[in-house]
Amino acid sequence: MKPHSRSRLILPDLPRRQFLQGLAAGGVMLGLGPLITPAWAREADGTAIGTAKVLTGTEFDLTIAETPINFTGTPRMATSINGSIPAPTLRWREGDTVTLRVTNRLAEDTSIHWHGILLPFQMDGVPGISFKGIPPGETFTYRFKVVQTGTYWYHSHSGMQEQTGMYGAIIIDPADADPIRADRDYVVQLSDWTDEDPVRVFDKLKMQSDYYNFNQPTAVDFFRDVANEGFSAAISKRKMWNQMRMNPTDLADISAYTYTYLMNGTTPAGNWTGLFRPGEKVRLRFINGAAMTFFDVRIPGLKMTVIQADGQNIEPVTVDEIRIGVAETYDVLVTPGDEAYTIFAQSMDRTGFSRGTLAPRAGMTAAVPAPDKPEPLTMGDMMGDMGGGAAMDHAGMESMDHGSMAGMAGMNHGGMAMDHGAHAMGGGMAMGGPVRVRHAKSEYGPSTDMRVDTPRTNLDDPGIGLRNNGRRVLTYADLHTIGGPIDPRGPEREIELHLTGNMERYTWSLDGLEFGKSTPVHFRYGERLRVILVNDTMMTHPMHMHGMWSELESPDGRFQVRKHVINVQPAQRVTSLVTADALGRWAWHCHLFLHMHAGMFREIVVA
Amino acid sequence: MMNNRVNKIAAAVLALSVSSVWAEEATSPAKTSGEQEAMPGMDHGAMDHGSMPGMKQGSRSGTTQGSGKAGDMSNMNHGDGGMDSGSMSMQGGSAPPDARDPQAYSGGYDFGPIPRPRMGDVDKFGSLLIDRLESVRTRDNSSTVYDLQARFGRDYDRAVLKAEGDVASGKLQDARTELLWGHAVATFWDTQLGVRYDSGVGPGRGWLAFGIQGLAPYWFNVDATAYAGEQGRSAFRFAAEYELLLTQKLILQPRVEANFYGKRDAAHALGSGLSDLAAGVRLRYEIRREFAPYIGVERAAKFGGTADYARAAGEDTKVTRFVAGVRFWY
Ligand SMILES: [Cu+2]
Repeated sequence: MKPHSRSRLILPDLPRRQFLQGLAAGGVMLGLGPLITPAWAREADGTAIGTAKVLTGTEFDLTIAETPINFTGTPRMATSINGSIPAPTLRWREGDTVTLRVTNRLAEDTSIHWHGILLPFQMDGVPGISFKGIPPGETFTYRFKVVQTGTYWYHSHSGMQEQTGMYGAIIIDPADADPIRADRDYVVQLSDWTDEDPVRVFDKLKMQSDYYNFNQPTAVDFFRDVANEGFSAAISKRKMWNQMRMNPTDLADISAYTYTYLMNGTTPAGNWTGLFRPGEKVRLRFINGAAMTFFDVRIPGLKMTVIQADGQNIEPVTVDEIRIGVAETYDVLVTPGDEAYTIFAQSMDRTGFSRGTLAPRAGMTAAVPAPDKPEPLTMGDMMGDMGGGAAMDHAGMESMDHGSMAGMAGMNHGGMAMDHGAHAMGGGMAMGGPVRVRHAKSEYGPSTDMRVDTPRTNLDDPGIGLRNNGRRVLTYADLHTIGGPIDPRGPEREIELHLTGNMERYTWSLDGLEFGKSTPVHFRYGERLRVILVNDTMMTHPMHMHGMWSELESPDGRFQVRKHVINVQPAQRVTSLVTADALGRWAWHCHLFLHMHAGMFREIVVA
Repeated sequence: MMNNRVNKIAAAVLALSVSSVWAEEATSPAKTSGEQEAMPGMDHGAMDHGSMPGMKQGSRSGTTQGSGKAGDMSNMNHGDGGMDSGSMSMQGGSAPPDARDPQAYSGGYDFGPIPRPRMGDVDKFGSLLIDRLESVRTRDNSSTVYDLQARFGRDYDRAVLKAEGDVASGKLQDARTELLWGHAVATFWDTQLGVRYDSGVGPGRGWLAFGIQGLAPYWFNVDATAYAGEQGRSAFRFAAEYELLLTQKLILQPRVEANFYGKRDAAHALGSGLSDLAAGVRLRYEIRREFAPYIGVERAAKFGGTADYARAAGEDTKVTRFVAGVRFWY
């Protein structure tokens, strides 16, 4: 146990830090002309930032090195590819065989993982799983056939290199004409940067997991609530959280206290700008290349028509705002008028944002909105489906008899529909039948701080901070891959994994076991599997399975969307179908960098 | 090993302060029970659950009160206040017989021929927390007190060094130094097993130590340790802290500490039973998370035989101390 932990007597909503980070200092763009986005901005001390160079063809030479960077006014060393942050955008063509020679000029091992790309496992680039890594001074040649199209990205899978700048975009053009027509095409890659050593950041979180959270419940909030709502209401609002030793403002592990949020490697002050001619249709390829930050993206004044998710074309859906989980990609079409628009991407914890501009002429800017107020997590984010529709299967009832549901004291269990067959499905639950959650044995020890017995399964919740904000926010329920599933078979087998952690100890795991205590998960070659993920934590985890698609199912078991990253919200149960058609060894992990590093990671063996 | 009276007092203090822990642990499987039963002063029999306010086993039975609309948490009514262990169902506890085997998916496969990745979960971390480094003034005395804790190891197993002492007139007065092995036994609790050495004025004393440290519901930091020394000596120490955020950086920290001894120790002017109790409050400002100056006030009292020794030496048995210091960690 760490020697000190702080009380959270209260719920938040108080004055927070100002959001100056990244706005205060725009050191990166010094020396450049005002607010233009040149194709190739080069910083004085050597590392290129801004819109990355686009490399096309079938042969690529990529060199990884430490280079100086300055995002905040303080010079730091970053890990770059070809001297650029983000790394060069790689433009491939479906059907081509690409050759990528990656040379390591670092003092430590490196690797590149081609995120979301289907390829032989030896080319996947995960040290210790699919290859040995690239030692200093050596060149590793990746070669594989490109069998898909869309927007993807690539990043290091070694050490702390991803957090220190090693990420870039991949665009794969269809062999035939692209069904999506656009006059302009921009990559908008979001990321987070810290001047701190990421190892030190991890150490600090181990010492005090709320180190970066300056939005904590305070006594002032409590007394205000007492004044407004009365003492007992103020107490009951907090009681559960305090009993559980959980924090309702635990929205992100790392905040703008240390992070500067970037858009195409450019600080908010630097204002990355994409130009267009009025009336043109502009395609924006949003990629969340951050290590630890979920972004909520909107362009005030413009509707976004989402046409692709994780590289796969979807039935178009028009929204105002998109939450983009770490490692997800969304392509949208916008049709701007003759004015400037701000592309606004606020962090999920609302401590900061990255920002850029779409403008008909260089130098124009639009108003930058203030970040929304952070919203505290709800009881539902801790306990899942608490409604009358809670699916109480037999196991659930048993555990209730044993008092294991006493945590919901006060919930009127009597009113719950206990019959197995036909209970009214409320809010969180669709007609998929009762959910039987099966916790692992290892979830009852020191590695987990909560278990959800009645998770919700609905996909139409945009998540904390986006509920009822007056904007049309994209949810997973809106996503439908064009063409349906790749495999018509139903599942032959189910694999259930629980996303677990202990916030107080800052440990993260699957089924309560960190990677170091785990064994691989075996997929039988060729089988069709149902993967069930249950989130027994209060954070949203972007779960990434390498090598194979995850075909997300709706709560009633219908095909929804094909993805390489699936966000699982707190106390949510999400299922997807996987065809185990890729022999070999693959990584499967939470894409929140430090969660993966802390152990929320498994190896998959397809054999 | 320990006389009856101390045993009872220790048990009572523990029960009051960590009864919630107990509620959590009592249902834990055998994995920890051995260690816990071995802890002097904490044997289950000595704890009278019935007499402990708020610690009703019955509250675990899932009885529900209130009829709030499901989902409307403002109507959640936990009814039976106190240490209602309600939330424990979602934390800790023991695995039901039909719980999944998390290794079952491996199908007998192990990791491949390449050395598997080494992630942060097998890294060792070191940290040093100087919880108190303060100048203490009473009516007729002043001294400097230190209280630190260092850790080194992995998440669930690590070495812990605890040291507390005071220096007056350039001389070390009372110092307690402990080297312990910390082992996580529950979500919020570590057991600690090791040795303690007392130095300063009077002859040195060595002890074996066994205790628990962790976080009780409502965010109480609790540290309770029982000690067994030479010549049948025994001791028990209890400390609890709470951190109340007034603002994001201004933190009020109430703190209590109590010491018990199993038998008289004239060389250290200690009687048997409860020897001293201090309760104080410190207000600190976190300039950074790692660095926070503070001021505070503390009321300390000596009891029983220890108080007699103090009176015989012409000292006060109750004092008010004003403190100013700094808390920092790395
Ligand atoms: Cu995660």
